[in-house]
Amino acid sequence: MKTNRYRTLVAIVLVAGVGMTAAACSDSKDTAKDPGSGDKGASAKLDPSTKVTISVDCMPPTTKAAERKQWLDDIAAFKVLYPNVTVNGKDGFPCEDPAKFTAMMKGGTQTDTFYTYMTDKDQVLDAGQAADITPYVTPETVPNLNDIDPNVMNVLKDGGKLYGLPTSNYQMGLIYNRKIFTQAGLDPNKPPTTWEGVRAAAKTIQDKLGSQGIHGFIENAGGNQGGWHFTSELYGLGGQVTSEDGKKAAFNTDESKTLLQTLHDMRFTDNSLPATPGLAWGDVQKAMGTSKVGMYVGAPDDIPLVVQQYQAKFEDLGMAPIPGGKTSLFGGADYMFKKSSTPDQIKAGIAWVNFKFLTLEKGQFNYARNKTDGIPVGLPQPFFFTGASKDKDTSTKTASATVPVENFATYVAAQVPVKPEPPNAQKIYTVLDNAMSGALTNKNADIGKLLTTAETQVNTLLAASQ
Amino acid sequence: MAATTVSHNKAKRGSGQSSPRGSRRRPGLPDENARAGFGRRLRRDLQAHAFMIGAVLCFGFFSWYPMVREVIMSFQKTKRGETTWVGWKNLETVWNDPGFWPAWRNTMQFTLYALVIGFAVPFVIAIVLNEFRHAQAYLRILVYLPVMLPPVAGVLLFKYFYNPEYGLFNHILHFLHLPEQAWLDSSSTAMISVVIAATWMSAGGATLIYLAALQNVPGELYEAADLDGAGLLSKIWHITIPQTRPVLSLMLLLQIVATMQEFTNVYLLTGGAGPENSTGTVVYMVYQYAFRYDSFGSASALGLIMLVVLGGFSGLYARLSRNSD
Repeated sequence: MKTNRYRTLVAIVLVAGVGMTAAACSDSKDTAKDPGSGDKGASAKLDPSTKVTISVDCMPPTTKAAERKQWLDDIAAFKVLYPNVTVNGKDGFPCEDPAKFTAMMKGGTQTDTFYTYMTDKDQVLDAGQAADITPYVTPETVPNLNDIDPNVMNVLKDGGKLYGLPTSNYQMGLIYNRKIFTQAGLDPNKPPTTWEGVRAAAKTIQDKLGSQGIHGFIENAGGNQGGWHFTSELYGLGGQVTSEDGKKAAFNTDESKTLLQTLHDMRFTDNSLPATPGLAWGDVQKAMGTSKVGMYVGAPDDIPLVVQQYQAKFEDLGMAPIPGGKTSLFGGADYMFKKSSTPDQIKAGIAWVNFKFLTLEKGQFNYARNKTDGIPVGLPQPFFFTGASKDKDTSTKTASATVPVENFATYVAAQVPVKPEPPNAQKIYTVLDNAMSGALTNKNADIGKLLTTAETQVNTLLAASQ
Repeated sequence: MAATTVSHNKAKRGSGQSSPRGSRRRPGLPDENARAGFGRRLRRDLQAHAFMIGAVLCFGFFSWYPMVREVIMSFQKTKRGETTWVGWKNLETVWNDPGFWPAWRNTMQFTLYALVIGFAVPFVIAIVLNEFRHAQAYLRILVYLPVMLPPVAGVLLFKYFYNPEYGLFNHILHFLHLPEQAWLDSSSTAMISVVIAATWMSAGGATLIYLAALQNVPGELYEAADLDGAGLLSKIWHITIPQTRPVLSLMLLLQIVATMQEFTNVYLLTGGAGPENSTGTVVYMVYQYAFRYDSFGSASALGLIMLVVLGGFSGLYARLSRNSD
């Protein structure tokens, strides 16, 4: 009996030890008050005499020496304006790894001012990790606020409340290799603007350069990238993936059938697509960077990536609007502010984001400095200013351009209306991956059946998400 | 002394004290524990418990606590920062997911192929290796080498081999005038291609274990079989397999449990789902729910289903093994 009691006691001590350790490492309660509620001073600018420390992620890594130097220089310049604010940068590349980000949201271990993709908003809000910054963001704290594209700002709102400030955005288009176009006898200044044109150009490239291992076009079919591309391409044709209320699939249409059939025919009739489609992010970029493909659908931030990572040349790359040109899927990145931060930390974070990312001729818009530091100037990004700010940005950018801006002229001039990603985008993309991979890997694919199956599956997923 | 031992053993049998706990008691001290006070026993065993605490904390923190949390989370949902109990809803969600049954089908398919290829091949290699009288140590190293490769490096190597346009395998098929294959790029060959790669990367370890088991089979049995005129297959069937059965059984169980949790190879070789979702496994679906859909509740529910299936299988297997003994 005594032995049993003794064992019980030891067991309790051990379990309590484990429990306490676990509890010590589990979620801690937010101790700061909700800065959005009743803080009358919220709309005022940060008092320069305020002593506050903030942590900010997405500081460029040491491997990006020029960008890192600029970040540190900007912190020093910011320190002059706000001598008592300490900005602790946390580096990382890429700025967001989705799996790591998800874990970070669950643990609440993100920095005070943290980088997110625009599509992360629901995830961050569900995790209860973002502060409502509506009262903090005014034309006084963000002077260019009224010139930021309302479409972009709306993506960062939920229930009328603002949760983030944009730092970059993109709209999807057609990235193409001008050198390959020239070698194939195509005019690099007249990229295709329709799917018929894309197919014809891809076949020409394949016929002329296929023997050198160069393909006309490449497409994604896995890692949710296939679904993302399908959505972008369908938007280009004026279609939509879900109904307006986001509750039903709306992609089983003639536009989708034509699109998938075109891709299927390009792969199996024209042989202008490689046998292996892209399965993960980076696959199609690598093919473009190593000059193995003539065209693919992508975002303009791919261009510096393929140059820096695969030694492609800016002058060999061009960008055209999304084929079809009806609407273009847009997305981008922004900074959000940790819910448990103090009001002063939120104000300091907003001041830093404004200084670094939203002030013309400062921070990321200091094109003269970018030119001196060897950072490419002239790419069509970020793309979120309108009105006078846009005009000023375009003129200063052109004045310091180091990349041939005319290569992106058709993309910039097209002014394609933008459209955000559908609700429950990642779930839908998972299903649409299968439709894309069916069209791109199965010679006998039944396009209609692929779309009908995908429609049923998406409807089931959306019903479960209500 | 001998008489003492015998009488002690008799006493144990007579009193029914045949449990391992009883048999570990030191002779001459049978009642010491009962007499010793609580504090005295605590002081005496303090060191042992101190050593144990580290291991218990490690298991507790990294294994048991996450398992308990998983069970709790599978009945919860977090929306806009509020965590609520949702009963069976997460289980219903994953059950009604159109990818649920295809994921189980793919998992079972992977497990089956992995048994046919991944279980048989290392055993055959071990039998062949066991026949070598010379250079066996070098051959063992050669067989084990792939295991020493980092898994990602091995996968990338196979990804290159499988490339339909410039990969090694299609070059070989072309050289032999055989039809070239799409390998990872066709829903009909993707899964088998993944299994071949996985087997190549893991067969070395299993081969060495089988080899060790084979070397414990008494040579006299084969000599007797030779005298009886038994052929090679007959010797394998009637001597080798029965003699190595405990090891084969254990490896079978471990392999099924491991292959049903397949993730790394399909994720790296086919991006997870593969052509027309031909390689998406249950664990890949768990990953999707947790890290792509941000639905830890549903991911936990799916993990729980997996736990029940594997636990049920292991229990059934243990029961059948005990009965056959």
